[in-house]
Amino acid sequence: MEQILEQLPIVLKALNIGFLQTLKLFFVTLIGAFPLGLVIAFGSMSRFKPLSYFTKIIVWIIRGTPLMIQLLIIYYFPGLVLHNPVWGGGETGRFVAASVSFILNYACYFSEIYRGGIQGVPVGQEEAGLVLGMTRGQIFLKITLLQMIKRIVPPMSNEIITLVKDTSLARIIALQEIIWAGQAFMKGSQGISGAIWPLFFTAVYYLICNGMLTVLLGRLEKKLDYFK
Amino acid sequence: MPILEVEHIRKYFERTEVLKDISFSLEQGQVVSIIGSSGSGKTTLLRCLNFLERPDKGTIRVNGETLFDAEDSATWQESEIRKKRLHFGLVFQSFNLFPQYTALQNVMLAEELLAKEQPDYKTNRKNIHAQIEAHAEQLLGQMGLHDRMTNYPHQLSGGQCQRVAIARALALQPDILCFDEPTSALDPELTGEVLKVMKELAEQNTTMVIVTHEMAFARDVANHVIFMDDGHILEQGNPLEVFENPREERTRQFLSRFTQG
Repeated sequence: MEQILEQLPIVLKALNIGFLQTLKLFFVTLIGAFPLGLVIAFGSMSRFKPLSYFTKIIVWIIRGTPLMIQLLIIYYFPGLVLHNPVWGGGETGRFVAASVSFILNYACYFSEIYRGGIQGVPVGQEEAGLVLGMTRGQIFLKITLLQMIKRIVPPMSNEIITLVKDTSLARIIALQEIIWAGQAFMKGSQGISGAIWPLFFTAVYYLICNGMLTVLLGRLEKKLDYFK
Repeated sequence: MPILEVEHIRKYFERTEVLKDISFSLEQGQVVSIIGSSGSGKTTLLRCLNFLERPDKGTIRVNGETLFDAEDSATWQESEIRKKRLHFGLVFQSFNLFPQYTALQNVMLAEELLAKEQPDYKTNRKNIHAQIEAHAEQLLGQMGLHDRMTNYPHQLSGGQCQRVAIARALALQPDILCFDEPTSALDPELTGEVLKVMKELAEQNTTMVIVTHEMAFARDVANHVIFMDDGHILEQGNPLEVFENPREERTRQFLSRFTQG
């Protein structure tokens, strides 16, 4: 116990650095996947059949295979097969490769949520807008969008909380996120080895982070309760 | 010159012909009621007038201007259709109010979006906004909804929702206001308040096309009645003639259900 207290500052410092990387990946994924998911959703709803089939196949592949495989392929394929290591080495290269994988993967999940949200808005809403001389863009922005957001907040909340935890998968390409940082003390790092307790602390980081997200998303859901 | 001339409209869904050579015309300030059983094509006809469906044959003219001609694909262009729609207003059976906006915002939205396209919008934004708001308030007042302007649709009764929807349709000052079974989603107690404002509109010489199952209303308010059956206009004319003295056996059959009991 005394030993743990002694080592705690070292461990927390390492975990903080790892968690920063976790958060970076989390936010970059959200910022990329929110709009890309919407683009994919429109693609799969397109009346232009080749486009809609193409996007549906992409979504099927991405959702049908593990994110871990996607990470490995996206990170190693350019270097090993094309002999063109586009990501570069080092932490930055790994972070970019991880971001690309996560954005692509999450955009596909989001796209299905968006699609459900958009298609869940009654067709009468669009017709009412059309009859009032609105353009399709105006109808989407002024009428459909908010109703869609209201519908997708609960399923989106699920995905967002899953994403916090999924970022740990990036350690497969040695991205130094928080699990990687915690695990380092099992293998031996900064004079500490064979310690499993830092991993329990990583779990606390996730719990606190997801606790805050749950409260925040719950508030958003409440905020949109003003209409039905 | 008639304000609306519909000529030889035909519409197919897949292979089913739902409108079979529909022609009628309407004078400024007149009210035409379209009656007939469900599935007779009444709603499809209204949707064609509002460009929500594209007829496969025929023409639609408003004030002598050809808005739609099935033979001339230039008249179907999306960008053109948007402006042409403004000749018509449409009140839906299920209201289709925008749930995230208050009654007042529902009425103002389309007018504001149109105003934004005006060149002087940026310099004159406050005035334009105030004008639009005053107009919307006046329309809601006319509908008897002075005290409901800041309510959201889910806080309103069905009858109030439908009156907001009528105000919304009137906001853009359409030449012809169409109603698609405006009281069918309302319980009988609320039907009256909607029919009342429609009657007032008729008295102010609003040109209206009303698809309805309210036979008494069609008879008393309309200047012209169209009876549709299986995609045809089976009979049309003065309400007294059609209701009291129908020429066709099918019309008599249909109307008997309403006059008995």
